[in-house]
Amino acid sequence: MLLSLDDASVRFGARAALDAVGLQVAEREIVCVLGPSGSGKSTLLRAVAGLQPLSGGRVFLDGRDQAGVPAHRRGVGLMFQDHQLFPQRDVGGNVAFGLRMRGAGRAEQERRVGELLDLVGLPGAARRAVSALSGGEQQRVALARALAPRPRLLMLDEPLGQLDRSLRERLVVELRELFHRLGTTVLAVTHDQGEAFALADRVVVMRDGAIAQSGTPLEVWQHPADAFTARFLGFENVVEATVAGSAAVTPWGKLPVPEGAPQGPGTLLVRPVGVRLVPAGEGLRCTVAARTFRGTHVAVRLRPQDGPLLEAACPLRLAPETGEAVGVEFDPSEVLVLGQGRPPRTP
Amino acid sequence: MDVTRTEVADAPRRARSGNAARLGLLALPVAFFGVFFAYPVAAIVARGLRDGGVWRLGRIADVLGEPGIRHVLWFTTWQALASTALTLLVALPGAYVLARYDFPGRHLVRAVVTVPFVLPTVVVGTAFLALVGRGGLLDGLWGVRLDTTVWAILLAHVFFNYAVVVRTVGGLWAQLDPRQEEAARMLGASPLAAWRKVTLPALGPALAAATLMVFLFTFTSFGVVQILGGPAFSTLEVEIYRQTSEIFDLSTAAVLTLVQFAAVGAILAVHAWTVRRRESALRLVDPALTARRPRGARQWALLGAVLATVALLVVLPLAVLVRRSLDAPGFGYYRALTREDGGTFLVPPIQAVGNSLQYALAATAIAVLVGALAAAALARRDAGRLVRGFDALLMLPLGVSAVTVGFGFLIALDEPPLDLRSSWILVPLAQALVGVPFVVRTMLPVLRAVDGRLREAAAVLGASPWRVWREVDLPLVRRALLVAAGFAFAVSLGEFGATVFIARPDNPTLPVAVARLLGRPGDLNYGQAMALSTILMVVCAVSLLLLERLRTDRSGEF
Repeated sequence: MLLSLDDASVRFGARAALDAVGLQVAEREIVCVLGPSGSGKSTLLRAVAGLQPLSGGRVFLDGRDQAGVPAHRRGVGLMFQDHQLFPQRDVGGNVAFGLRMRGAGRAEQERRVGELLDLVGLPGAARRAVSALSGGEQQRVALARALAPRPRLLMLDEPLGQLDRSLRERLVVELRELFHRLGTTVLAVTHDQGEAFALADRVVVMRDGAIAQSGTPLEVWQHPADAFTARFLGFENVVEATVAGSAAVTPWGKLPVPEGAPQGPGTLLVRPVGVRLVPAGEGLRCTVAARTFRGTHVAVRLRPQDGPLLEAACPLRLAPETGEAVGVEFDPSEVLVLGQGRPPRTP
Repeated sequence: MDVTRTEVADAPRRARSGNAARLGLLALPVAFFGVFFAYPVAAIVARGLRDGGVWRLGRIADVLGEPGIRHVLWFTTWQALASTALTLLVALPGAYVLARYDFPGRHLVRAVVTVPFVLPTVVVGTAFLALVGRGGLLDGLWGVRLDTTVWAILLAHVFFNYAVVVRTVGGLWAQLDPRQEEAARMLGASPLAAWRKVTLPALGPALAAATLMVFLFTFTSFGVVQILGGPAFSTLEVEIYRQTSEIFDLSTAAVLTLVQFAAVGAILAVHAWTVRRRESALRLVDPALTARRPRGARQWALLGAVLATVALLVVLPLAVLVRRSLDAPGFGYYRALTREDGGTFLVPPIQAVGNSLQYALAATAIAVLVGALAAAALARRDAGRLVRGFDALLMLPLGVSAVTVGFGFLIALDEPPLDLRSSWILVPLAQALVGVPFVVRTMLPVLRAVDGRLREAAAVLGASPWRVWREVDLPLVRRALLVAAGFAFAVSLGEFGATVFIARPDNPTLPVAVARLLGRPGDLNYGQAMALSTILMVVCAVSLLLLERLRTDRSGEF
């Protein structure tokens, strides 16, 4: 393992920003830590970088304990959330900074700066002032600067956070392709699930300083470990339920569940595509509370007679008008019984 | 359990290492102020108030009971209040215009109004004497003389402190986001109401700081009052000088020093408090974005009025000074400066230029070293109350009687291992005392503004703590450092009160030489004084113009 965290904890007073986190990142793996703000993601990166001392546990890089190793000797790269380019240096000066700190010769610096600026799509920009760059260009320079000294581990803190949506979607694909080509080991943190799923080989969901779930993007998306993860991923149809046989008792009435679902009380997730609209009078009776256009489909919010609001995904041309009465049926293959996870921390 | 134990062991250790670093940085400034400020001042107070090993504190009540002294206290206070009010009245429109109007020559005007602030007080006094005194410009034109009235002092104080208001208030004004006021307008506020409710509160702390600084400078005014006040008007500082060097009543001088010390301490405490409030989060923008061309007759009229005020109040006295220096044909007064006249000086007066430059350079080096270390310690985010207290303490030399400091140097630093009486370093040391507060005030806002994550970015890229300082901090504060050095240089160049006591007769500085020439009768001496003052003014103005080019975006206190 290139990076392992062993019960790593960071406390600020009584609050644990990192709570006994165990995490492994293999060589050439792209791991994305996903969590809401305040979940301890950035603290995790700072602890690995050596910018934040641990209150407990250990960080290993290449199997070597990093206790007492200062930030500048760890040989990892960190791309900051708002880039933190050095304002008094030009683009080339920023990219060459890490090489200079390692005592690289002038010729090597120049060669490598040219190489990296080509790589990030800014050829010939070495003499430009960083203040004259757009947000996307700054992001590319920050990436080039972090990559230049060939860090054994590259860490990205909300790498695309401040960019506009279309740029973000294009860059995330470019980044993934680039990291795979270079064989870079990456540990990124973000609060944006789309970004995490597009970038990562493996997604780690964090909550209150601890890891809630870890798995491939598909695994996490298809089987959120608990209600928190499901809600954080944007699923709204999450309710308490009691499962008996192939049905579950919920506030929405009896729902079918897939075969082999864990029995007894639990939490139920119904994916929006599993909420099928049928003519009024059939199934669960609902009125349409709101509809949101989502590009490929329409997200319809339904108010049932009993129970919390339901979200359904339906094709554009079939979407009912607000205020219309509809019936709802549930597709058992899109219903999921979730684990309990750990109870939310009381503040 | 393991976690808790490490944490408990770790927290105090980190706090200790932070304290150690801070104390390391503060060691030199503390030692400097202890040895070259606190010790001499304490020594001279003790000399005045101790008799046969016993403190005679009863003297304090005796001295304060004298009607003459009470008159001095009263005059010192009310003239300071009046000068401050008058300065604000005259300078606030100037601060606004120079901050918000874009017009050709704006930088030149800003530099010009700053020249008086670093001029030696004796020169200021002389310039006003030439303007409003006997045979002066006003006397010649309309037969008006002000030199026996308090108006001459008040006007000279406005002349002197105009720049303090323009720099402190105007510096912030230029960086206030005009959109805040626009937002208030959109919510239905009239222009006046928007200014009163939005801009004024934002300016408040800077305004308070400027007011206090002007009050402090006028409260401790020496050279101006000495020359323009005549026998009728005397401030505490002038009285201390009189008691020390004319009447040799050290105990009265000691009591007056203590009184001034207490008053200045109180003023500085209030100042430190407002400075801290000023650092509250204001949305600041690039000054270049807020200035625009004046529009409409009213704005042009305001600009015209401000420029006329500057011309009359700042340029005219300086112009009169220069003209008087040229009264003799063929630059006679200037050429006379190069001759040994055998009477006033042991050396040609022109040598004072070289002395002054050497002393000021040495003083600047000391002030920058001490001030930068102090600023670095004060800029740390974890600075505690004790350190902030030191911040206020650093300002004390600005207000404590320079006469006391100078005389204190003579009587305190005369024994081994600190026998410096015959050393040239004595003058730069005294001048550096006045320079340090300027260095600290200029550096501190810039150091505090350096984003800590830039340092982290450098560390992650492999920079050791020392290289982080060299690669990140130094480039960012380099300009501020140069500006601070320039101020310290100009202030050292003009220092008079302490230098007059400790400069050796064969090595006078420019202000000392000017004062000595003024003290002698005859047109030649007077003209030479004017010529030397002009040279001093030009040196100051050139260094200020250079500063104006380097001025950092963040406004310092001055």
